[in-house]
Amino acid sequence: MNEFTERLVRLRWTEPKKAYDVVIVGGGGHGLSTAYYLATRHGITNVAVLEAGYIGSGNSGRNTTVIRANYGIPEAVRFYQHSLALFQGLEEETGRWLMHSTKGLLWLAHSVMGVRAERARAVVNTACGAQTYYLDAGEVASMLPQLDMSGGGRFPVLGASYHPDGATARHDRVVWALAEGAMGHGVHVHQRTGVTGLRFQGERLIGVDTSAGPIDAPLVVSAVGGHVSTLAAMAGVRLPIRTHPLQAFVTNHYAPGFDKIVASSELLFYMSQTPRGEMLIGAEIDRQSSYSKRSTFDFLSSCARRTITLFPFLSGLKILRQWTGICDMSVDYSPIMGRTGVDGFLVTTGWGTWGFKAIPAAGEAMAELIATGRTPPLIAPFGLNRFAEDRPMADRGSSGTH
Amino acid sequence: MNIPCPICGARPVEEFRFGGEIPAVPASLVDPDAADLDRAWMITNPEGPSTERWFHEYGCHRWLTLERDTRTDEVV
Repeated sequence: MNEFTERLVRLRWTEPKKAYDVVIVGGGGHGLSTAYYLATRHGITNVAVLEAGYIGSGNSGRNTTVIRANYGIPEAVRFYQHSLALFQGLEEETGRWLMHSTKGLLWLAHSVMGVRAERARAVVNTACGAQTYYLDAGEVASMLPQLDMSGGGRFPVLGASYHPDGATARHDRVVWALAEGAMGHGVHVHQRTGVTGLRFQGERLIGVDTSAGPIDAPLVVSAVGGHVSTLAAMAGVRLPIRTHPLQAFVTNHYAPGFDKIVASSELLFYMSQTPRGEMLIGAEIDRQSSYSKRSTFDFLSSCARRTITLFPFLSGLKILRQWTGICDMSVDYSPIMGRTGVDGFLVTTGWGTWGFKAIPAAGEAMAELIATGRTPPLIAPFGLNRFAEDRPMADRGSSGTH
Repeated sequence: MNIPCPICGARPVEEFRFGGEIPAVPASLVDPDAADLDRAWMITNPEGPSTERWFHEYGCHRWLTLERDTRTDEVV
């Protein structure tokens, strides 16, 4: 965050206290959202958010900012639809312009199986309260004039599911708005304060060790991204999570404009235009698990080739920037929220490549769980206990990154 | 990033398929149900040296085991 934005956003920095009622590890969208709703909905303000870097420096600052609810299983559709609705009202609620823009999202089908998947998506979404329609090839062509309907001869566009509520928002503005709202209510946010250990008295969690010294708290929430397994291991909690890099890039300004969000499961990319006019393109996760945030030329060349197959106009653009985040990929491609089996240690994790859109709903639900001690029905299916109960929430086809 | 294949030598990572870490149930899990749960679902996901399997898909078509530091991607 630079001096200019420091002056625009009212963030009240403070020295760490010795003890808090709740410590949230991770100052990204999810951690700050949990703190924001704790303060605004439940009046719980003796809360610290600990961030090892600066706020929004992890996956909240690296994602491709798509907000959508067109998932493949009923529990996920309901959850993300609620988050989508919260996002629509978040500018009014926080009083901050988040550059939220409803654009509509098309998920393209290039084969008979793809058509079947997108038809099924439309049916499941409609049944669970989200809006998704199936479009035939002609309707897709009229909505996306830049699309090569022949897909370079190899990936013909046979149809698409259309999700009119699909939206984008400016990621760092979301982070700053939530931080500002939480800090305005008295929540402490400490940057460059990494957690180095969890402190136990017998079986009971009593606080955290940080680079700024020990902090007492009876309740510790992990809102950590890619490094979550490391933190959970400090509590003796094993997670079904693998950390994979995810790369993305932007091109230079595309003047004619591109007002939709487009995804293709078979060609494995998704694309939208940022408010600055850059074409923002992401793709699948790197195949090997890794904590290194290294970007590769192999990704750039293969992803560019696939996107140009469908959108030939991209070949005239230049790539401006490329970056990488490390994603906490859960084995069933669904988030993990709630209790862990260790008293006082909660997680909101498994956000993999789909976390940005869930920031308001996950924060709201985690805050309710912390405040009331009861798991809200909206997130109950996403507990860590689902694996012991053998009911994984498999939804790989909706991640957009596989 | 190169992967040292014992048959083909150092080859670009793009030739290989990642087979994942070699699963290891922690010895501290003595309860058989807890051990089964861990074996079925849980992942160590180490931040540091990781012992894992790789398949030389576009090469000799053989599996290999290597230790890689997941923080730097260096083979150790």
